[in-house]
Amino acid sequence: MSVLQLLWFVLIGVLWSGFLFLEGYDFGVGMQFLTLARDHHEREALYKTIGPTWDGNEVWLVTAGGATFAAFPYWYASLFSGFYLLLLGVLLALIYRGVSFEFREHMPTRQGSAIWERLIAIASFFAPFFLGIILTAMVSGTPMDAKGNVSAGFFDYFTLFTLVGGIAVALMSYVHGLNYTRIRIDGPMRQRAACQLKVLYPLLLAGEALFAVLLFFYTNFIQTKPVPVLLILVVIVATTVLGWFMTVKMEKEVLPFITSGLTLVEVAILLFVGLFPRVMVANNPLHSLTIESASSSPYTLQVMTIISLTVLPIVLGYQIWSFWVFRKRIIAKKVVE
Amino acid sequence: MNALVGIVDLARFQFAMTTIFHFFFVPMSIGLGIVVAVMETLYVIKKDEIYKKMTQFWGKIFLLSFAVGVVTGLIQEFQFGMNWSEYSRYVGDIFGAPLAVEALVAFFAESTFIGLWSFTWDRFKPAVHVIFIWITAIASMISSLWILAANSFMQNPVGYAIDNEKGRAVLTNFGDLLLNKQLWIEFPHVVVGTLVTAGFIVAGMSAFKLLKLKQDDPEVPLFRKSINIALVVGLVGLGGAFITGDQHAFELQSMQPMKYAAMEGVDETINSSKRADKAQPWAAIAVTNPKTHKSIAKIEVPYALSILGNHSLTGGTTKGTIELNKEFEAKYGKTKGDIKDYYVPENTLFYSFRVMAMGAGLLALVAIVALWFNRKKSQLILTQRWFLWVMGVMTFFPFVVNTAGWLVTELGRYPWVVYGLMTIADAVSPNVSVASLLFSNIVYFLTFSTLGGVMIWLSRRVLHQGPYYEQEATQTDRDPYDDLAGKEAQV
Repeated sequence: MSVLQLLWFVLIGVLWSGFLFLEGYDFGVGMQFLTLARDHHEREALYKTIGPTWDGNEVWLVTAGGATFAAFPYWYASLFSGFYLLLLGVLLALIYRGVSFEFREHMPTRQGSAIWERLIAIASFFAPFFLGIILTAMVSGTPMDAKGNVSAGFFDYFTLFTLVGGIAVALMSYVHGLNYTRIRIDGPMRQRAACQLKVLYPLLLAGEALFAVLLFFYTNFIQTKPVPVLLILVVIVATTVLGWFMTVKMEKEVLPFITSGLTLVEVAILLFVGLFPRVMVANNPLHSLTIESASSSPYTLQVMTIISLTVLPIVLGYQIWSFWVFRKRIIAKKVVE
Repeated sequence: MNALVGIVDLARFQFAMTTIFHFFFVPMSIGLGIVVAVMETLYVIKKDEIYKKMTQFWGKIFLLSFAVGVVTGLIQEFQFGMNWSEYSRYVGDIFGAPLAVEALVAFFAESTFIGLWSFTWDRFKPAVHVIFIWITAIASMISSLWILAANSFMQNPVGYAIDNEKGRAVLTNFGDLLLNKQLWIEFPHVVVGTLVTAGFIVAGMSAFKLLKLKQDDPEVPLFRKSINIALVVGLVGLGGAFITGDQHAFELQSMQPMKYAAMEGVDETINSSKRADKAQPWAAIAVTNPKTHKSIAKIEVPYALSILGNHSLTGGTTKGTIELNKEFEAKYGKTKGDIKDYYVPENTLFYSFRVMAMGAGLLALVAIVALWFNRKKSQLILTQRWFLWVMGVMTFFPFVVNTAGWLVTELGRYPWVVYGLMTIADAVSPNVSVASLLFSNIVYFLTFSTLGGVMIWLSRRVLHQGPYYEQEATQTDRDPYDDLAGKEAQV
């Protein structure tokens, strides 16, 4: 394994982490269109908190996909064709969610807008749910032949482990979204979000514990790399407890948001550490794709490295600047009509 | 092999459907981005409120098209892996790079700055605010450069070598990929096409609106100015389209002769030196038998193909599809994968090419008349209502023209997915079932019908509401920081 191959494995992990941290709260806020907002004005306010930036956050996923294609074409080919229907689900969720943000603004009536708002909430749940299933199924092993063709059936995708994984990612996104709402909204929704968090943190911790147990049975993570994997699992739980503590006891807002984002990042780290040095786990270990066997040629990796390391700092710069521009709190209030 | 036919056909249908639908909105949003940027620049220079209203009004249509363009673009990036996994394995070393770079250098910029642009009307000075739309427009143009670099590799593979050990093509020169001759005839043609598309959408929608308005309505000047700006942009685009299109066809003779022969309906080789007039005739109408690949009927214009293909009144040779098929069989073997022959769908290419070229000619004619009718001193644009109808119908023309152009380009590389290197049948995902593909085709079809329908309906609504709609309403939509005031704003 060359340095560049390792670098690109790490970079794709970084892109996934960035995506989960940023789009995670966008998904959470999207779900809150149905679960937290009570009327049109509150949904409008929720939209204003993510409206200008959600699209840029989603590009992290697009870039992760493109980087996988460029740096590990065999991984890209096996993953995308092997998880066909799940990816179709992700795509549909992202498609309907994306257009709904725009369509709702131009509807003649509020009832009309409410249709798209419902769609946003539903799609915002299914996108992280399906992605969670894909990520956990990817690490738990699929029926893959020596050429890398996955022939998975329904029960290869949907196991207890992948379902818990899917729900965990969706729930983490939701909690992350509530924390985001608390720092971007003022008024009743800010309080309601805190109330929901008090209930959801214990549930999330229970889910994480279950996930850790299932990880032992459905993957070989703990068997092959006990120290790092267990350490990351402890850190995930500790970060969640910390977020819970700071939300309930200390009534902090910004710090819990950072912890809930970090939990999602730590999940990405867990999956990538567990995968290493593989990229796709086959039921027959001989067929697993590895960083070395799935990667592009050294030349392509060199070119991609030069371009990415030049452009990525600029991207980070203007994206962070745009978060700074849209930092103010928003209040849902009825406008005189 | 028989079992694979279903997969290949379904995957091809899906690629055609998703790409065509996506490419309705790509040139629309890139072009509208430029038109809107021009309008806002006029606002900054002239400081006339009418240009601000105009920018915001067409900005709404721009944002709608951008949203649909972005989400349908997601499918493009995913489907190479989903439906064409063998392709992704074979050329991923080359093809993946421009896609990843596209996301890095273009998608991030356009999505971040479009957010800044649409939410900060009252927070930045106009001279700063206008920068956001220019960055968005230029970034979306740069994105087309990268995706077309990928497409150009499929049309004319360069900068690669075959790695026999791993059984794949590998990139040997990234610069070659960017300097691909095909890219630099394709990219300019697409860019000018976006200007044409946006120009006629704005002009056509304005025409529909003028049909509804009374002649002394205060909105009339805004739409008349819109027509002028849009059609100037559109005519610049059309001029560019004719130049780059001519160059494109000219280069095809050496790069993809089969595509060129089919486009021009040449079945038997035309050698001008063997003809009495020493020139190649051009087929205005031709019907080819798809089984024998021989021409059944033809109406020819003398000299014209020499002018088009040889850039002179006489001379030149155009190889016919029949001779080319023999050459390809000699070069690539009689059977490669599923291929029985190397013919392309001649009739589709022939008529798609004519729809594109003649559609563009018609648009140019309408644009010139419209600009004449819409002179400052003239009221003709308002009195000649039949012409407003003609302009209105032209709203839909760029979509037809763009699609026809891509049909020529993409069907013309049949049976290759990468020209001369890999066939379409070898590129498909072998592990995806017919049921999955059928299901996804149906879902995409229903989704696109819905999105297209809603898009048209909402565009009509925006047009109906007009540019002064928000002032009368509650102003909740435009600026979050005044209406839904933040803590700081309340103090």
